[in-house]
Amino acid sequence: MELFIIFISAAVVNNFVLAYFLGICPFIGVSNKISSAVSMGMATTFVMVITSIVSWLLYNFILVPYDLTFLQIPSFILVIASLVQFVEMVIKKVSQPLYRALGIFLPLITTNCAIMGLALFISMREYSFLEGIVFGVGAGAGFTLALTIMAGIREELELADVPKGFRGAPITLIVAGLLALAFMGFAGMI
Amino acid sequence: MKKQVALSQEFIKNLWDNNPVFKQALGLCPTLAVTVSAINGIAMALATTFVLVFSSLLISSIRKFIPSQVRIASFIVIIATFVTIVDLVMKAKFPELSKSLGAFIPLIVVNCLILGRQEAFASKNTPLRSVFDALGSGMGFLIVLFVLGGIREILGSGTILGVQILPDAFEPWIVMILPAGAFLTLGLMMGFSNTYLERKKRLEREALLKQFRKPVEVQEIKEEGA
Repeated sequence: MELFIIFISAAVVNNFVLAYFLGICPFIGVSNKISSAVSMGMATTFVMVITSIVSWLLYNFILVPYDLTFLQIPSFILVIASLVQFVEMVIKKVSQPLYRALGIFLPLITTNCAIMGLALFISMREYSFLEGIVFGVGAGAGFTLALTIMAGIREELELADVPKGFRGAPITLIVAGLLALAFMGFAGMI
Repeated sequence: MKKQVALSQEFIKNLWDNNPVFKQALGLCPTLAVTVSAINGIAMALATTFVLVFSSLLISSIRKFIPSQVRIASFIVIIATFVTIVDLVMKAKFPELSKSLGAFIPLIVVNCLILGRQEAFASKNTPLRSVFDALGSGMGFLIVLFVLGGIREILGSGTILGVQILPDAFEPWIVMILPAGAFLTLGLMMGFSNTYLERKKRLEREALLKQFRKPVEVQEIKEEGA
């Protein structure tokens, strides 16, 4: 039950994108088409789950016992950077079209604050190993959900008559604001 | 060809015309998250500027020694070092501010604005030039954060920098200090800024056309992507 609450909380109530503002860059950048949004979400979720495992082990077995918690930021970011490099190599090998579709945003998963934020939250809230993994899956699911909904709306927006200056990022932010309002409706759930 | 650009130009271009938030849509996460009040915005922008300037200085000084395959990783380690410094100093000197900014101080390390400037500018230019570029970007960031934080603070709690300016009869718009308010305000700000720039460009072009009287072929405005 505890684990379920963590999952729901990370996925919808405290959605990383719409409530914590983490991962806005890919949210604005890759949410043009549903297909690329879903694959971006999947790649991010994958990196998130592995990050939550590795960063938990790193934090609790190396940083805390040797009193090195001040090295938290550089060590987490190094783990994330090497993981992303690894995922990039795998995708390049497995699916060329996907690799081209994700383009510049794949290396940018490294600087996706959602992933670093996840690692920091796990150490800050002192989650257990299992809780950390569930939190990672929930956050990834929430990110994919927000990204996909946004992509769906933006596909429709293509046909709308948006004032010229508002096309692109501005209208996306305004739509995100309305989405955030809608997601506030989940606040009562926990 | 880059050499001819004046140093001051490197500084000024990032303030408005090439503003990191409005024009490049970089660094949106901290922009949205910390701007509940103007003071938070200023603190965040100053911390980011510090990291940006020093990592630009260091990276542009050693740019010739970094192999290009591992450049991203090296940049990140350098940035992370300066972020750790900021984080520890803030915790020691300004505990309250550090608490209200929360996880967003450590998260400066993944601010795309910083890595973006390193990749696009500091890794190709001299240290002096990079420092000016970094200062300009930092100040551009500060302007946006201060204005956004100011608007949200005035409408959301009726104060500015902690001083009450709106009468008690004013009912604060709670939505402004919630996440939704951040998205809406920034979206509107960006939209109006773009509209203004478009209009300026159009007027300039029309003035130019009038000057020559002969119809000149109209240049297409480059679509500014996100």
